[in-house]
Amino acid sequence: MSQIHVITTINGDETEFLCEAQETLLDVLRDHLDLTGSKEGCGTGDCGACSVIVDGRLVCACLMLAGEAEGRSVETIEGMADGDDLHPLQQKFLEMAALQCGVCTPGILVATKNLLERNPNPTEEEVRYWLAGNLCRCTGYDKIIRAVMDTAADMRGAA
Amino acid sequence: MRFQSPESVDEAVALLAADPEARVLAGGTDLLVRLRMGDVAPSAVIDIKRITEMTTIAQDDGGWRIGAAVPSAEMNETAALVTDWPGVTEAADLIGSTQIQGRATVAGNLCNASPAADSVPAMVAAGAVARVAGPNGSRDVPVEDIPTGPGQTSLAQGELVTSIFLPAKPENSGSAYLRFIPRTEMDIAVVGVGITLTLDSAGAVTAAKIALGAVGPKVIVAGDAAKTLIGTTGDDPALDALAAACSAAATPIDDKRGTAEFRRDVTGVIAKRTARIALARAKGEA
Repeated sequence: MSQIHVITTINGDETEFLCEAQETLLDVLRDHLDLTGSKEGCGTGDCGACSVIVDGRLVCACLMLAGEAEGRSVETIEGMADGDDLHPLQQKFLEMAALQCGVCTPGILVATKNLLERNPNPTEEEVRYWLAGNLCRCTGYDKIIRAVMDTAADMRGAA
Repeated sequence: MRFQSPESVDEAVALLAADPEARVLAGGTDLLVRLRMGDVAPSAVIDIKRITEMTTIAQDDGGWRIGAAVPSAEMNETAALVTDWPGVTEAADLIGSTQIQGRATVAGNLCNASPAADSVPAMVAAGAVARVAGPNGSRDVPVEDIPTGPGQTSLAQGELVTSIFLPAKPENSGSAYLRFIPRTEMDIAVVGVGITLTLDSAGAVTAAKIALGAVGPKVIVAGDAAKTLIGTTGDDPALDALAAACSAAATPIDDKRGTAEFRRDVTGVIAKRTARIALARAKGEA
């Protein structure tokens, strides 16, 4: 079976890969490109641990075939920090201990970054609805929500 | 499995017509789960997201034409569409998470043919028409005539839905969709009701279309229930009659999400609440 040749942009870098038709974007990120920050929790779009941004839109990498990435722009957790400088959300999640085991954290950070780019001043309810597809079995969500609200306020103050 | 990404409807139809085992990929939120579960093993998936006309929302003849590959999030980001057809956009907004809505399409929701599809009763109540392309050209089909039963559609070999058309919103009309689920988010409808109604200058209902979801093998157009509203102002006795007629029109089964008896009862309750929202919207109050 012939492989598909894909040229796409990942975290700003033009990236080429070969994949099978049935491989998902998550398979390629993790198994071919060694970008293992995106996690596979359920593989069926329920848990959000594989959240990535494709052409500005938040999606589950497990529910997108890798072949679909041709010509698109993909942002993953690996592109969130600027070198050694953490994104304000990452910094705040550390400061406020908004994670425990950490498996859901990359997905939640990517999802929240996309939210704050769209809406710098979300209500708590908006944050909770936006993150309804990111499951966390450790924190009970409160620490996550507080960290997001705090970061949003900081980023508005800095802007 | 082959991965194909045609750039025109004709090309997509040719690929689909040539291969009975090929499947159309729109948002993929159902198809990719089925692939993973091994429920389907298509010879090819045909990605329709490179076809410009299928990825755009356009105003058309006073109404809206929504390409079959448009994600539901984009519908809810189109303010004028939300203003015209809030019943449809709020139904699309109930399907899954932010991530799912970034991919899922209402045409896919329709063609997946789940009896519990949220956007389908809302589209039916809006009088939506699916444009179907196939080897013999294209045809327009009322949305309610696409699903024929759970997982089954009336589409012939080589045919695919290319867009959904929502007609011009009638003057003084309002649309709404509500569903019952055991929690507030991220669940499958136990009962869903879509209603569109139109008022005259005195506030009496002149036209109504009511569609019930998750209470039959496919979406139910509740014609007798719609008649109970005609000529009324949607006052309490009228809404009681509506509720009774909707319960009577429902043909649910017992399953893990609810018993048939419960669903019949809830159909009436949800119909009443949906009608109140549609009435308020028709009056410009909501």
